[in-house]
Amino acid sequence: MAAPAINKPGTDSAGNTVQSLTLGKALNLGLRAAMEADPKVLMMGEDVGKLGGVFRITDGLQKDFGEHRVLDTPLSESGIIGTAVGLAVRGFRPVCEIQFDGFIFPGFDQIVSQVAKLHARTQGRVKMPLVIRVPFGGGIGAVEHHSESPESYFAHTAGLKVVSCSNAVDAYWMIQQAIQCDDPVLFFEPKRYYHSANMKAEVDTDATPMPLFQSRVLRQGTTATVVAYGPSVKVAMDAATAAQEEGKSLEVIDLRTLSPLDLAPVYDSVRRTGRLVVVSESPSEASLTSEIAAKVQQECFYSLEAPVLRVNGFDVPYPPAKLEEHFLPDLDRVLDAVDRSLAW
Amino acid sequence: MSSPETWTHPEPREGPAATAAAPTAEQVIAGLRATSEGGPELVQLLTPEGERVENPEFDRYVADVTAEDLRNLYRDMVLVRRADREANALQRQGQLGIWVPLLGQEAAQIGAGRAMRPTDMAFPSYREHGIAWTKGIHPKELLGIFRGTDNGSWDSNATRFHPYCIVIGNQVLNAAGYAMGQRFEGKVGDDDGEATMVFFGDGATSQGDVHEGFVWAAVYDAPLVFFCQNNQWAISEPTERQTRLPLYQRARGYGFPGIRVDGNDVLATLAVTRWALDACRHGNGPVLIEAFTYRMDAHTTTDDPTRYRLSDELEAWKLKDPIERLRVNLVRHENADQAFFDSVQADADALAAELRDYCFNMGEPPIEQMFNNVYAEPNPVLDAQRDDFLAYHASFGGEH
Ligand SMILES: Cc1ncc(C[n+]2csc(CCOP(=O)(O)OP(=O)(O)O)c2C)c(N)n1
Repeated sequence: MAAPAINKPGTDSAGNTVQSLTLGKALNLGLRAAMEADPKVLMMGEDVGKLGGVFRITDGLQKDFGEHRVLDTPLSESGIIGTAVGLAVRGFRPVCEIQFDGFIFPGFDQIVSQVAKLHARTQGRVKMPLVIRVPFGGGIGAVEHHSESPESYFAHTAGLKVVSCSNAVDAYWMIQQAIQCDDPVLFFEPKRYYHSANMKAEVDTDATPMPLFQSRVLRQGTTATVVAYGPSVKVAMDAATAAQEEGKSLEVIDLRTLSPLDLAPVYDSVRRTGRLVVVSESPSEASLTSEIAAKVQQECFYSLEAPVLRVNGFDVPYPPAKLEEHFLPDLDRVLDAVDRSLAW
Repeated sequence: MSSPETWTHPEPREGPAATAAAPTAEQVIAGLRATSEGGPELVQLLTPEGERVENPEFDRYVADVTAEDLRNLYRDMVLVRRADREANALQRQGQLGIWVPLLGQEAAQIGAGRAMRPTDMAFPSYREHGIAWTKGIHPKELLGIFRGTDNGSWDSNATRFHPYCIVIGNQVLNAAGYAMGQRFEGKVGDDDGEATMVFFGDGATSQGDVHEGFVWAAVYDAPLVFFCQNNQWAISEPTERQTRLPLYQRARGYGFPGIRVDGNDVLATLAVTRWALDACRHGNGPVLIEAFTYRMDAHTTTDDPTRYRLSDELEAWKLKDPIERLRVNLVRHENADQAFFDSVQADADALAAELRDYCFNMGEPPIEQMFNNVYAEPNPVLDAQRDDFLAYHASFGGEH
């Protein structure tokens, strides 16, 4: 096998290996590390081989690991996921790439009927260690079916785990942890930040990562709590910076894990701030944000100074690109929700 | 829907279609069904009258079958039928919520199942009680599914018999993936190779996943035998509502061999499946087998076949009964005597009694079972939900 073509990493003062990476490159290196660590790990999807995926996230992997470990598959989502199930039964750890969020639905039956249920159906004898990577969310000016946020469908299904990364450090670690996980993981990647240079982060590949199924407090604050995941995390952080100038201190939590939901840090935060704003690009009706609002009011009823407010996409089909800036939660809508909460 | 006059003819035509006369609906249906009389391409080694017919291509795949092997095939079919009838009766007595009868498909399943080796993997649909039998799964292990105590309790890794699949057709892709894995692991290429077999009905061939399974197995040369039991009906819908072409001919469009076998002929099914598995284990890619057979009972115990099929049809198929034709053959060639048939009958009765007894004594599943094994790794949200519910339940003294 040829030596992997990766950037020469630098070293920090503690002697750890650090690299400044975009989110997309971090995922690529994470996938590479997982493939090196375990010969049973396979990549499969449309165009993931020679092309490196339409977003180049699997770039170079087929060249170095061969066509039997990085499969340019037929154009068939049910096929990708359905055969991954059989490969997992056989002891492989397939990592499926769905090209765009809006194309996961032909594979929906396989995900909810087979992937999610086989472990329970076999009393735990058959494991489903497969990962389904989904570039998701909007903001890239794309045509229909390329900007959706379907994560709530999967969080709703028992037997699946659902996570979303929001930054390069998490991207590098979370993808490896998802691949190591013995349960099926839906891995949602904020596609609009794949290649953002201003989102580059120092990734310490010798560090000990935080557990996959835990949310993280990104910024501490006292005025109100803002919870987000995936692409909305940056929006929440930007809102917090803007709010700071107005003398408001927002606590920002990146959920990271959508199923199981780790809401303990959220409860803790809401008990201190008394106010919660939940941000997500998905339509709000019967979504993850509904779930969070319901649980927080149940757990923190006496601490709340205002109802939990949600900033979502609207309950409409994802609009044409010229309208998406109005559809997507942005800094102003988050700040407006914070103000409404404070005015209660 | 287009009018019958515009239906395409099931036989591939020579020359431009526009000049050929359009067939009638009757001709189309005849093309799909006349093979019950044999049909030019139906592989048959035992006639409905129990006569052995020579087949230069397939005889060699059963050349080693001894009189004792024939008796064992007979025994398998009788026992599987007896278990099926007993389970059907248990449903009628309210002991099972539903049952999926196998009646009439014994030869297709025993022939296919006995062609498999222990290393070969099977992905069933939900009517594969005969395949389960050949994989060493006792019929009582199937009862939990239909009584509602579990979703199948056998060890699918150890037996190489995957859980039953209720969603029509989606196990076909799972099987394709498994077979791809066998190939990736280098387990094909010689006589010791492994193969996978996937079972589905004629109705399933209309599902996208079956089509995708054909594509995937073909392009990855997966060692996969697609075993379609064409029992003529998908609940109330006849085969001609799924296809305008004999099903085995579809394989050609995907680039691998397709073959139609008399699914009521256990010997022919054994031969054809051995041939197909052999091709797979030697690395020649997938094969589609259409076992031409008939479901002689209802689709399930909730179905009423008198609403959609004529009793004439059933009577005609009874004459092709898979068990009777082997019995006649055994008697005619003096390969079995009355003592043998009596002993098989006694075994069948004992099996039925065992099944009944087991069913009556199955008991209730523990409540926490539904929370178990949802995930391989801990899930705090679910764990909390389980603990809350179990405490709630316990607060009634476990009586709620
Ligand atoms: C995806 C899906 N659609 C519908 C059903 C309901 N259903 C159960 S069996 C059946 C007919 C299947 O016929 P066929 O594939 O020929 O198999 P057979 O039952 O005849 O063996 C239908 C429609 C189902 N189980 N799954």
